[in-house]
Amino acid sequence: MKRALPWIVPLTILLLWQAASQFGLLADQVMPPPTAVAAAFWRVSRSGELLHDIEVSTWRAFAGFAVGGGIGFVLGMLNGLSPVSEKLTDSTLQMVRNIPHLALIPLVILWFGIGEEAKLFLVALGVFFPIYVNTLHGVRSVDRQLLEMGRAYGMSERAIFWRVVFPGALPSIFVGLRYGLGIMWLTLIVAETISASSGIGFMAMNAREFMMVDVVVVSILIYAALGKLADSVARLLERTCLAWNPVYAEA
Amino acid sequence: MNLSIFDTVPDTELRVSSAGSAVSLRGVTKAFGAQTVLHGIDLDIPAGQFVAIVGRSGCGKSTLLRLLSGLDQPTGGTIEIDGRSSGWRDRTRLMFQEPRLLPWQRVAANVEVGLSHAPRGADRRRLALEAIGQVGLSGREQEWPAILSGGQKQRVALARALVSHPRILAFDEPLGALDALTRIEMQALIEQVWQDKGFTAIVVTHDVTEAVALADRILLLDAGRVAMDVAVDLPRPRRHGDPAAAAIEGRILDRLLGR
Repeated sequence: MKRALPWIVPLTILLLWQAASQFGLLADQVMPPPTAVAAAFWRVSRSGELLHDIEVSTWRAFAGFAVGGGIGFVLGMLNGLSPVSEKLTDSTLQMVRNIPHLALIPLVILWFGIGEEAKLFLVALGVFFPIYVNTLHGVRSVDRQLLEMGRAYGMSERAIFWRVVFPGALPSIFVGLRYGLGIMWLTLIVAETISASSGIGFMAMNAREFMMVDVVVVSILIYAALGKLADSVARLLERTCLAWNPVYAEA
Repeated sequence: MNLSIFDTVPDTELRVSSAGSAVSLRGVTKAFGAQTVLHGIDLDIPAGQFVAIVGRSGCGKSTLLRLLSGLDQPTGGTIEIDGRSSGWRDRTRLMFQEPRLLPWQRVAANVEVGLSHAPRGADRRRLALEAIGQVGLSGREQEWPAILSGGQKQRVALARALVSHPRILAFDEPLGALDALTRIEMQALIEQVWQDKGFTAIVVTHDVTEAVALADRILLLDAGRVAMDVAVDLPRPRRHGDPAAAAIEGRILDRLLGR
């Protein structure tokens, strides 16, 4: 009974939705019924179209994430550890952070056209800041007393980094990671919707031109599922890596 | 036994003994900016002695301990350990008031931190398990620090300090954060490992009762100078509430409180 509880509301909504379509309260051009969406899902997955588009979108998302997140992580670590590096770059980065990255879309299209680079650039830029800010915060909040202990006990600088600084910053880095994953999908959706010749966003825009509302709904749901999947993986990683922390340990 | 871990230390003396070191301070001064915390301390501690340093807050006792454990450098004067004025840092270990365990490492790995100076391939895990046994935590090696009690955490910290067989063990109010019963247990444990190992023990505390219960000698620090140097010549193990101990305690407290 307890396990069923969270499913009651979504299932009821689904039933009401189906019923509304059935009785003509909801026009198919506005919102096709769940059964039609399921049929559309079956259609596009059988043709191989869906799988291909998911592959393209996922690759874009993670390539952009790797580039932006990688640079954000390295700079965050560097600025957290070196006051010189922080003085040099942090205030500049904080200024750039105030520009919404999606506002750069016109400029990005001018620079890169509508190819892959434009999408990679936008995703990387969007992901960079949450990872950077949280890594920096994580390094700064590492317990000074532990650092002193490490030095007093003769740990090398390398050992201090890998055994004190990095694990100490990890909870905060995970916050950035999960936040960055959200921004990653969001950016990709916007970028693919504006201009693309493949990917889930393209599938949605293409379907819109032919008034295939069911396929549009399928693409929206796929985005949601991918986002949820990425978040679940991040959570699992978090629980594994932070098992020492009672907050994250499994009950 | 366990001598392989000292292979990087060029001193042969270390290989044959892990007992205590003699400490000698000559005119040791420490200043932070314009404020002088220690004024020309002269002090000789024979090898293996158990010394307690007491004093009011801000009298310089923690500063003295940090100098003795090599965490800070004196502004003036010299510190000699076994007659050497440098290269003795690996001989001393400092135990902090807080356990300062790495929360993301299990108990055994935390104890291995104490072997950081040892070469790779040394039998770290075996030495760590041995030290964990000495502090009475056998069987808890794979626990996370978060689930240990305050007293158990401090035991792990003690094992981490002991695992490298230091010749000087400095304690910075190691029991300050523990409840009364755990304190008494830990005092007994510290006394016992000190008797087993024979290291020179230096404990900073503001608890005069604790100092009298543990130490061979009590130094009272006042405004950066040694104001009193009291020998505590009582048989061990000492019982709480012993009248001779109470008399010594009274003398020190009178001086501390300016009575």
